Amino acid sequence: MSEIIAVDITIPSQTKYLSLIGRIGENLAHTAIPFLGDRDELAFHLNLVLTEAATNAICHGNREDPDKQLRVVISISEERLFLQVFDQGKGFDLYKLAGSVAKETDEEGRGVQLICRLMDAVDYRKSPDGYVLEMVKNLQ
Amino acid sequence: MKLTTEEHGDIVKIIVDEERMDAHNSGALKEEMLRLFDNDKCNLVIDLSAVRFVDSSGLGALVSGFKNASSRDGSLKLCCLQPQVRSMFELTRLHRVFEIYSSADEALESFTQ
Repeated sequence: MSEIIAVDITIPSQTKYLSLIGRIGENLAHTAIPFLGDRDELAFHLNLVLTEAATNAICHGNREDPDKQLRVVISISEERLFLQVFDQGKGFDLYKLAGSVAKETDEEGRGVQLICRLMDAVDYRKSPDGYVLEMVKNLQ
Repeated sequence: MKLTTEEHGDIVKIIVDEERMDAHNSGALKEEMLRLFDNDKCNLVIDLSAVRFVDSSGLGALVSGFKNASSRDGSLKLCCLQPQVRSMFELTRLHRVFEIYSSADEALESFTQ
């Protein structure tokens, strides 16, 4: 599988950087991803899943510790997008969050469900410095 | 978060003057709504015309306002959703919960019907 572009960014674990992460995904969808479908929709979905994943890493993974870091790696090939969001925390129960269905009037609990719904594969596993949320979107 | 409030009788319109509503700024909207509820302003219109993107935290703030308004016999209504924001409401089925209007005037008039 030939890799076309890889973006690797490390930022302080602070919510003020969410727009930066989301916009990188959005811009990649418009400019760099080989995709024959609805590019505007892909840009919206990448903005959303990267924002939700980064929020989880900052708030649940790194427990809002601004001295910790967040690393986002986006790898694009002709066949798929591979997104990785690394935190430096002790992990959280992603599968519990993904499995519970938010009621219409719940104020929280929609982020992981949205990620699982919009991506083709999602995994959350231990990494050398903490945990990593990995998401795959097939492009063909 | 940049917010502008306008009073129309007993209805308050909150204009969200931000391109994004996410975990970084949506807490400010929640706090502004709580301040209004504490001052017995329980009929709100949230004008989202400037908002191009909303995530689950932004939706959570709106749901919080909706529940607080309803519990005080008021209403929280939305207007002027851009296409991506409307998609987000449809993805989460929250378009079935909120009253959503295409213009602020329509939302304000709905309180008199």
